[in-house]
Amino acid sequence: MSSNITYNELVIKFANVNGSGSASANTFCAKSLYRMGIPISAKNIFPSNIQGLPTWYEITISESEKLARKEKVDVMVAMNAQTYASDIDEVASGGTFIYDNSIQRKFDRDDIRVIGIPIAKLCAAEYTDQRQRQLFKNIVYLGGLSLLIGIDIDVIEKLLSEQFKGKQNLFDANLKALTIGRKYVADNIEYPLDKQVRKCNRNANKIMINGNEAAALGALYGGATVASWYPITPSTSLVEAFEKHANKLRKDKDGNINAAVIQAEDELSSVGMAIGANWNGSRAFTSTSGPGVSLMGEFLGLAYFAEIPLVLFNIQRGGPSTGMPTRTQQSDILTCAYASHGDTKHILLLPSDPHECFEFGYKAFDYAEKFQTPIMVLSDLDIGMNDWVVDQFKWDDNYSHDRGKLVTSEDIEKLKSFARYRDVDGDGIPYRTIPATHPDYGSYFTRGTSHTDTGGYTENGMIHAEMLDRITKKFDTAKEYLPHPIINLNSPKSKIGIINFGSTNVALNDAMQDLTRNGIGINHLRIRAFPFSKSVVDFINDHEFVFVLEQNRDAQMKKLLISEEDLDTNKLISILNYDGMPLTANFIVNNITEIINNNKNIKAANSPPIKIV
Amino acid sequence: MTYIKKPIFRHPSLPTNEIGLTYRDYEGVVSTLCAGCGHDSITASIIDACYELSLPAHKIAKLSGIGCSSKTPNYFLNNAHGFNSVHGRMPSVATGANLANRDLVYIGVSGDGDTASIGLGQYCHAIRRQLNLTYICENNGTYGLTKGQFSATNDKESKNKKGLDNPFGAIDLAIMAIELGAGFVARSFSGDKEQLVPLLKSALQYNGFSFIDVISPCVTFNNHGYSTKSYDYIREHRSLFGELDFIPEEETINTSYAEGETVTIKLHNGNDISFKKLGADHDPTDPHKVLNTLRNNRSDGKVTTGLLYVDPDKSDLHDTLNTSSKPLNSLSMNDLCPGGEELEEINNQFR
Repeated sequence: MSSNITYNELVIKFANVNGSGSASANTFCAKSLYRMGIPISAKNIFPSNIQGLPTWYEITISESEKLARKEKVDVMVAMNAQTYASDIDEVASGGTFIYDNSIQRKFDRDDIRVIGIPIAKLCAAEYTDQRQRQLFKNIVYLGGLSLLIGIDIDVIEKLLSEQFKGKQNLFDANLKALTIGRKYVADNIEYPLDKQVRKCNRNANKIMINGNEAAALGALYGGATVASWYPITPSTSLVEAFEKHANKLRKDKDGNINAAVIQAEDELSSVGMAIGANWNGSRAFTSTSGPGVSLMGEFLGLAYFAEIPLVLFNIQRGGPSTGMPTRTQQSDILTCAYASHGDTKHILLLPSDPHECFEFGYKAFDYAEKFQTPIMVLSDLDIGMNDWVVDQFKWDDNYSHDRGKLVTSEDIEKLKSFARYRDVDGDGIPYRTIPATHPDYGSYFTRGTSHTDTGGYTENGMIHAEMLDRITKKFDTAKEYLPHPIINLNSPKSKIGIINFGSTNVALNDAMQDLTRNGIGINHLRIRAFPFSKSVVDFINDHEFVFVLEQNRDAQMKKLLISEEDLDTNKLISILNYDGMPLTANFIVNNITEIINNNKNIKAANSPPIKIV
Repeated sequence: MTYIKKPIFRHPSLPTNEIGLTYRDYEGVVSTLCAGCGHDSITASIIDACYELSLPAHKIAKLSGIGCSSKTPNYFLNNAHGFNSVHGRMPSVATGANLANRDLVYIGVSGDGDTASIGLGQYCHAIRRQLNLTYICENNGTYGLTKGQFSATNDKESKNKKGLDNPFGAIDLAIMAIELGAGFVARSFSGDKEQLVPLLKSALQYNGFSFIDVISPCVTFNNHGYSTKSYDYIREHRSLFGELDFIPEEETINTSYAEGETVTIKLHNGNDISFKKLGADHDPTDPHKVLNTLRNNRSDGKVTTGLLYVDPDKSDLHDTLNTSSKPLNSLSMNDLCPGGEELEEINNQFR
């Protein structure tokens, strides 16, 4: 073996058949690496299917924190003969291709190392039960891999012992499979590989969690009591996580639950229930993906116009139509911003990772009540369903829920009058009562038809127009309260900026390092909410050229910026990706470099960052 | 017009109910429906029922979908919050509202277009869930606001105002409700207050899903000679399932029926429904027999009215979901937010 050993900078990819039990073994691998303190990111690339189709799991390991997906893989664990051909193509020169050589195969690449482990034969010799033979193949390759790249066996063992706590049989069987894999490699294969892992201490204050679970915990902390939903990939696990945590953390002294989770008959019903519960003073939410948002359109317009709080998590997937249900995209921006017929406009929150899913998850309920309107939290499949290593969650016990202008019985007793839709304070936000507030005051009629400021039906055009204008004013008021953008002016002299949002941030951070090294200085702004903060407009005005990076075909965020703000539209340059995969840094670097090199005006606007790495 | 307020004038000698309110306290704004509309009679019966039960109006939530019928919640119970939602979707809004506060009384008003066509799915699923809601379908067999199209409850081959035949069969919402497991199913006629008010009172007291299909003639589009939902047709073709009386818990003796002819059904809250048998074989607690009778009457061209079916022992959605006995909307942040220390524990689950 050469002595060119590197540590904690490699990409491992597992190629499996779905439904074969590989998911847990692959997750064990990622979790072990996380527990070794190494910065990682993990991506599950799975089919919309239960059993038999190809599925992949990638782990990017990078102590230098360049954690975006890579085009090339250093170690491929190829457990699916159907995809050998494409899997071996993905291996980087000098990399390793591990396969089950129970059936010998010849591969025509001489720039990589091919390692065969007779996994099926090893399992056939050890187990008699067919199901066990299949399941433990996954643990056998994990064992082999652990020796090849140096995953700490104690860490894996501890993980297994936690996973199978109280199930000694299962623990023993898994440990045996792990040992079979390790022993085969120890006896037959030259190890370790050049690319190895070793402990470092970078994850002390970090947790490994997916965005859907994080958002569910956010909703729980945000005081949500009603969750109504309809199953749809990739949002399903959000409400399931909410229910799991609520059953534990919301149990009252009688053993009943301080929450109601209800699976509706469709998305129209799920959003209708959430609206009904919010109208009646509970904090309620629904969770869905693109097709569900399309179905919810009419109700979203009602909540907008009748000014009913609502929180909707949209875990975006590949569209249009049924599209790619198990791939990621940011292609519901315009659909959500303007959901429903007539003049409607909705507040969007744009988390970039599970940490923000938690934070926006509870804040969304404050915004919904404060502004009495739907709040849509736009996550995506990459954030929602993949495990991310992020800063641990924090909670300030001094924080209290902001119920906005919710009028109590005592308030109304003093006022003795109440107009549901009147702008009393000049901020466009009216006062709100819930049913049964008071026997004599505060009742009103909620309707989607045009209404007066007391809620009465009207066909008076002036009153209708005034109502719409007040709602616009309310929308403008929201700008200063919503999460502000994150701005990084690392190249103060550069006239080039880039705007992004959501899950593209990991790849963009990686790309910025590469661009910096190449002498390209770009300032960065990450949008976190719509309506846009004034600082978004300032950022665009302060730069001559601004790239807008997004994962959709139609440049939806760019269009939203142009339609909502008074901007010099010629300076906005789109960088678009819509193949459904999490972005790579190279994609961004190549696009930006090419555009800059091909346009002398943009080239002239470039000024290298102050600190060249 | 709905924005015209009724003058607040009360005759000093108006009788009051147990909580000191008069009939006028249960009224709403002036109806904008056509003069003679069956829906206005139903509104009057709802007001009677709530007054007679001495329900505090502000503890009632009235919800509806879209259509002539769905306008009516504005015409009763001014002190109750109302919600005129979107077409066919009242059941989901009512479900959410009920989950938020299990202590209120929920009245859902819908029509035949709203229920039997666009909202059929939500209707079915609200029944499946045993939502504690009194669901009133003001059934006139026609689309009024869009001027006279057939609805899905209109009988096959009955004619519209232009004399054209309805080519499709009718959906019987009451039969459907029984099939789907509704705990309380009744049918009545908007013009029969004596039957409708006790039915409404029983339904409002029922813990679970109660459905009343009220045939309510549309004087403008479906009250002509060929209609099977006209005043004349219904009066001629009605088959009464029995006379009904609602007896609050404290009134134990019902003198209006002779013993031996009545069936008394005790509801969960202790109140009784006393039911006078007309047909010797009618037992409103036996769904198989009830369905049989309903189908037979239907094929004989009869519209069966009265308390069709009741199951006094159904549990409601909150029991199924195991929700807290306190209304969810009354819980404080302390009840709901697990706090910083617990979050540390949660963080540890993800290490």
